[in-house]
Amino acid sequence: MNALRLESRPGPVAGRGRWQALAVAGMVVLWSTAAQAQTVAITGGNVFPVSGPKIEGGNVIITGGRVVAVGRNVPVPAGARVIDATGKWVTPGLIHANASAGAGVGGLGGLGESRKQGDINPSFNLTAGLDPEAITIPVVRTGGVTSGIVVPDGGLLAGAAVALDYHGDRADQMAIRSVALSLNLGAGSRGAGGGSRAGAIARLKRLIADAVEYDRRRLEYRRAATQAYSAPVEELDALLPAIRGQLPFYVSANRKMDIQNAIRLAAEHRLRLVILGGVEAWKVAADLARAGIPVALEPNKDIPDFEGLGARLDNIALLREAGVKTIIAQGDPGGERSLRYAAGNAVRNGISWDDALKSVTQWPAEAFGLTDYGTLAPGKVANVVIWSGDPFEFSSAAETVLIRGVETSLRTREHELRDRYRTLPPPR
Amino acid sequence: MHRFLTLAPLAAASLQLGFDSAPLSAQAPPSAERFTDTLSFARPQYRSTYQRRQNPPVLIRNATVMTATGSEFRGSILFQDGKIVAVGPEVGTPPPGTQVVDGAGKYVTPGLVDTHSHIGVYAAPGTQAESDGNEATNPNTAEVWAEHSIWPHDPQIPLAIAGGVTVAQILPGSANLIGGRSAVIRMVPARTVQEMKFPGAPYGVKMACGENPKRVYANLGPSTRMGNMAGYRAAFIQAEQYRQRWDKWNTERKGQPPARDLRAETLAGVLRGEITVQNHCYRADEMAQMLDLATEFGFKIRSFHHGVEAYKIADLLAKAGTAASIWADWGGFKMEAYDQILENLALVTKAGAVGVLHTDSPDGIQRMNQDAAKAMYAGTRAGLAVTRDQAIRWITANPAWALGIDHLTGTLEVGKMADVVLWSGDPFSVYSKAEKVWNEGWLAFDRLDKTRQYKTDFNLGHGEPGVGR
Repeated sequence: MNALRLESRPGPVAGRGRWQALAVAGMVVLWSTAAQAQTVAITGGNVFPVSGPKIEGGNVIITGGRVVAVGRNVPVPAGARVIDATGKWVTPGLIHANASAGAGVGGLGGLGESRKQGDINPSFNLTAGLDPEAITIPVVRTGGVTSGIVVPDGGLLAGAAVALDYHGDRADQMAIRSVALSLNLGAGSRGAGGGSRAGAIARLKRLIADAVEYDRRRLEYRRAATQAYSAPVEELDALLPAIRGQLPFYVSANRKMDIQNAIRLAAEHRLRLVILGGVEAWKVAADLARAGIPVALEPNKDIPDFEGLGARLDNIALLREAGVKTIIAQGDPGGERSLRYAAGNAVRNGISWDDALKSVTQWPAEAFGLTDYGTLAPGKVANVVIWSGDPFEFSSAAETVLIRGVETSLRTREHELRDRYRTLPPPR
Repeated sequence: MHRFLTLAPLAAASLQLGFDSAPLSAQAPPSAERFTDTLSFARPQYRSTYQRRQNPPVLIRNATVMTATGSEFRGSILFQDGKIVAVGPEVGTPPPGTQVVDGAGKYVTPGLVDTHSHIGVYAAPGTQAESDGNEATNPNTAEVWAEHSIWPHDPQIPLAIAGGVTVAQILPGSANLIGGRSAVIRMVPARTVQEMKFPGAPYGVKMACGENPKRVYANLGPSTRMGNMAGYRAAFIQAEQYRQRWDKWNTERKGQPPARDLRAETLAGVLRGEITVQNHCYRADEMAQMLDLATEFGFKIRSFHHGVEAYKIADLLAKAGTAASIWADWGGFKMEAYDQILENLALVTKAGAVGVLHTDSPDGIQRMNQDAAKAMYAGTRAGLAVTRDQAIRWITANPAWALGIDHLTGTLEVGKMADVVLWSGDPFSVYSKAEKVWNEGWLAFDRLDKTRQYKTDFNLGHGEPGVGR
């Protein structure tokens, strides 16, 4: 099972049903440890289950790494470990939809693990490059981020976006599964199109046609009875789940025209999309809403460049007004721990607090088919954060972070340094 | 502050003469005569043409006022003709024609000051054509001046103004050991950088330690940290000799004046205490080396910048009187930034050194209040007693000190420039926004009035900048 989840794709796929079966098999792997078997009761908190309205003085009961009950009068099972959350705020763990923590050494240049050379790499899966010892992992947990989606970059088709939980002793334990294929539209992939956007789109269409043809004529291909394809067949194979709509394309696109190109492509080929970046998404908000395309964006992005001259802080507010489901994915030099502040800034820039919370929990989970993530409804994976107060405020902190029902360490290397130099000169 | 008393007359004198650089060193105040005679320094052709814009007197009432001088109270502030004329729980009757702003539920702080920005020299839209921040052609380019690169229509300028920023130091980049002179500018609409230059603000000089210079000049040298040190020392030895030649000529007036050397001229300005040293330096051990360098040549480092490890030597910084311009939470992006901690500003402040929150970012400069909040709450969570007043000083009074303009701005005190921000709520809340920003008494930004939201030439025809609601 673990080996399966390490793979970039589920092998030759006969059809939709088989893929889904494999995907589900990957999902239901139990990370069964003694700690996860424990029953935990978080009691008396202001619970924001996201799946429903706020519950004051609510209990959250966790067993086997899953939420089993949420409510005001839910009884605490005998023998449960009780965490008193009176006066605290309880939310689902945050999901960072454009994460890098765990893939490379703390952002040090040249030590990243999310890029493979070349333009056409749909089969690239970075899971084996995830490092459970990365010092950034406890750091992101201090920001209440329990899951991430690591997106490969570079070229036209960079590979699989991989969802992971920030918990686990091995890469395959951290990884949840591949959730999307990364597609770059705009200036970043002009090179893959011979120097133009139109060339990149044409190349992509050819790849899609080739993949469909290859899938139809596998036997002839093995007998060397097909024409040459525009990419190796393992790359075409890796494209198929996205062509069939089983996985979304996670499309990096910022300029209005690039987003429009993506929408047109999706309509032509019946693709599922999630837009990443979306600096000018507000200009096509109605079209995105009509097509049901979510947008993952940076709420603080307002500096214009030629990929997004229409950058504006109320992008997210305009998208919400049009009915687009938004995902907050701020790339922050302070690290992915700052996702909650980006959510606060989204509120500052015009969306409701509830929508901001959904934009870092439920909506990214839904957009990427992580059906048992993103809320505290019974049955969901028990990624739960207990905050000292409003999670979006600087004055608050994540005090307890459970991932898959297990309390995780919030002690970071930064704390070690701080405590050494608390008094100067430091004790010898 | 006693600096105000000692330096204000000098600043005034240089203003009258039209010079942009006030001397910093109280020990060796140059006479006005020397200014007019010397060919070496503060040449008047590069003067500021900044002019205060007219605005009726303004009274903000019923607000929470954070003065950055130790107090936070419910009260009022009155400013007129660009100057603060009254601030306190009660300020008396305003003059006729005063615009009265109801500050109920709102907060007032000094205008924010960023000691580290590249706005204008690395302008949006970020093309290679607008990359004017690093004269990376020699490890020592003390002869270049950031003001000669600044594009006043950088669309990042109005965004920073909307974040409550009234003054910023624009620095050359960090490719070089000595990168050139900084420009201290007032954040106002302008056609030319001269219209932005802060009259009376001294120049700074950008110096850089560590990885950047040794990487950029790996082939030519310096390629090591010891090579970096040798490079600074060689430059200051030359500057010392240059200064001596000019001092001698200024005294004796015999023969032809010495040949001008722009590179040595800037560093001679440092040695005279007329130009502040603004030193990009991450690691604690390197900052200690730079303090030794300053001792060798008899100058002061006014502020380290980035100082990711400042907390390790905060006691040395306090002793040297050197500020630390640092981030709230950036780190880990390169080896010399590996040991960043959230409590850096709090620990620097606890040790008695001057802590400054800087941005080095056209994005971060829009939310300096938020970074100050992050650093303040990180400190209090770690049990360090950081006050709200100290945190507001990190983005106002302390950066003003680091730029040598604290006698003019940075606090809400009578007589200071009316650089004032009205916040929609507590500036340390993520939900608060700068609602109105006055730059020397002039309403430079009003979130509630589109006609008071400046657009640069570049913004025109590209849609609404969209400052949020």
